[in-house]
Amino acid sequence: MMRWGDSSGVPHAAAPPAGRPLAESGLFDALFVGRLSSLLALYLAIVVGLLAALASFTSASDVIRAAQSPEIRYAFWLSLGTCTLSTIFSLWVAVPAGYVLSRFGFRGKNVVDTLLDIPIVLPPLVIGLALLILFQTPLGKAIERIHPVTFAVPAVVLAQFCVACAFAVRTMRVTFDQIPVRPEQVALTLGCSRRQAFWLVAFPEARRGLITAATLAWARSLGEFGPVLVFAGATRMRTEVLPTTVFLELSVGNIEAAAAVSLMMVIAAGIVLLLTRMFGLRGTGLI
Amino acid sequence: MIRLCGVSIYQGSFALRDVCFEVPAQQYAVLMGKTGSGKTTLLEAICGLRPVAAGSIYLMGRDVTRLRPAARGVGYVPQDAGLFPRMTVREHLGFALAIRRWPRQKIAQRVAELAELLGIGHLLERRPQGLSGGEIQRVALGRALALRPGVLVLDEPLSALDEETRGEMYDLLRSVRAESRATVLHVTHNRSEARQLADIVLEIQDGQVHHVAPGK
Repeated sequence: MMRWGDSSGVPHAAAPPAGRPLAESGLFDALFVGRLSSLLALYLAIVVGLLAALASFTSASDVIRAAQSPEIRYAFWLSLGTCTLSTIFSLWVAVPAGYVLSRFGFRGKNVVDTLLDIPIVLPPLVIGLALLILFQTPLGKAIERIHPVTFAVPAVVLAQFCVACAFAVRTMRVTFDQIPVRPEQVALTLGCSRRQAFWLVAFPEARRGLITAATLAWARSLGEFGPVLVFAGATRMRTEVLPTTVFLELSVGNIEAAAAVSLMMVIAAGIVLLLTRMFGLRGTGLI
Repeated sequence: MIRLCGVSIYQGSFALRDVCFEVPAQQYAVLMGKTGSGKTTLLEAICGLRPVAAGSIYLMGRDVTRLRPAARGVGYVPQDAGLFPRMTVREHLGFALAIRRWPRQKIAQRVAELAELLGIGHLLERRPQGLSGGEIQRVALGRALALRPGVLVLDEPLSALDEETRGEMYDLLRSVRAESRATVLHVTHNRSEARQLADIVLEIQDGQVHHVAPGK
């Protein structure tokens, strides 16, 4: 199409219709990314601010004094032990549960999915209350006769497990969803039973998801306060775990000690995160 | 030999109804059809990975309709090969034998045979990451052939390959067919593959399978 006044004789494309100019400079892209990053920075600032506030309200000597108190030492080791136990139980349930949910369809699957999400959505205090009531029933009492549970250490593990497992199952389900099913099917045609196909083909691929699930379960267990308080109580040197310690110290107005113990928990959680990231990524060529 | 009688498969809104066809023993059949016509579904049913709502499937004269995949004696090469990401090529070739607890020497012997047939001897210690498309298909074929299955089922084995590699694979498939004497069902939507390889051409359309003259 010839333009008027164009002496070159070469046709030009018609000028674009008037309207929004195209973003020609990289400035618009930079602004967009900048806006997204600023939201990230805002949240990071909140997190760092919280940690700094904690650290500022306590001192190294406070933390050391707390670490030397026999009650807090007990709470520390009880926390470590119960979190590890509830993580192991959670994985023991979550790996097969996640696999079944991922690979098989069945009637009522929607109901099962919803039920499994309930411990995540319910207020943790409610879970503690429900556990307390459950162990007042004839079934619960029968179990208590064999070994005391309510207001004893097993209650801590059980309360932690109930919440942590829900997260672990979700994580493992997503993990298996992302592992293609074809290799397992081929394994079946090559002579594997379902069990062999799971252990030889599917499970090795799920390693990173397993580490994520374990980390999530452990972290969740460490911080679980409501159900532990209601179901296991807050008896010092018996069922006191670190979150309970923070609560107890706060309730007597000992904010420095509460902050010191909180910082201990932050450090412990940080070390666990670091370790699992290291072990989770080793062998993948990423570090 | 492969024979389907009155086979019906339902999957959501998709259906294959009353499918009947036969591939005589040691013949090379190519199954053609548009994308989404049910080719993969049919292959999965033959392998035992998908239940059939009606009808019977015979492989090598046996009624396998109710049998688990492991008991059917089918070699399956899926689309995208479905290799095991953490196993070496050697472990792939020996997988079916290791499951059956063959003695180590016999496994090594068979793996060597397969590696020679498929030209992948130099890849035995490699993992699937970084293998070329052609190499991946060769490993998948080798894995499926380990136990000398009577029936070999290939789901679009050549669709991801370039022209030149495809030409090499035609020769390879012919020699594999000759050496293994298996009955082959090869699924594709590419007519030149049918021309190059098929004794019999089948077409799947509107949930039905029928014979088509080869070379059409």
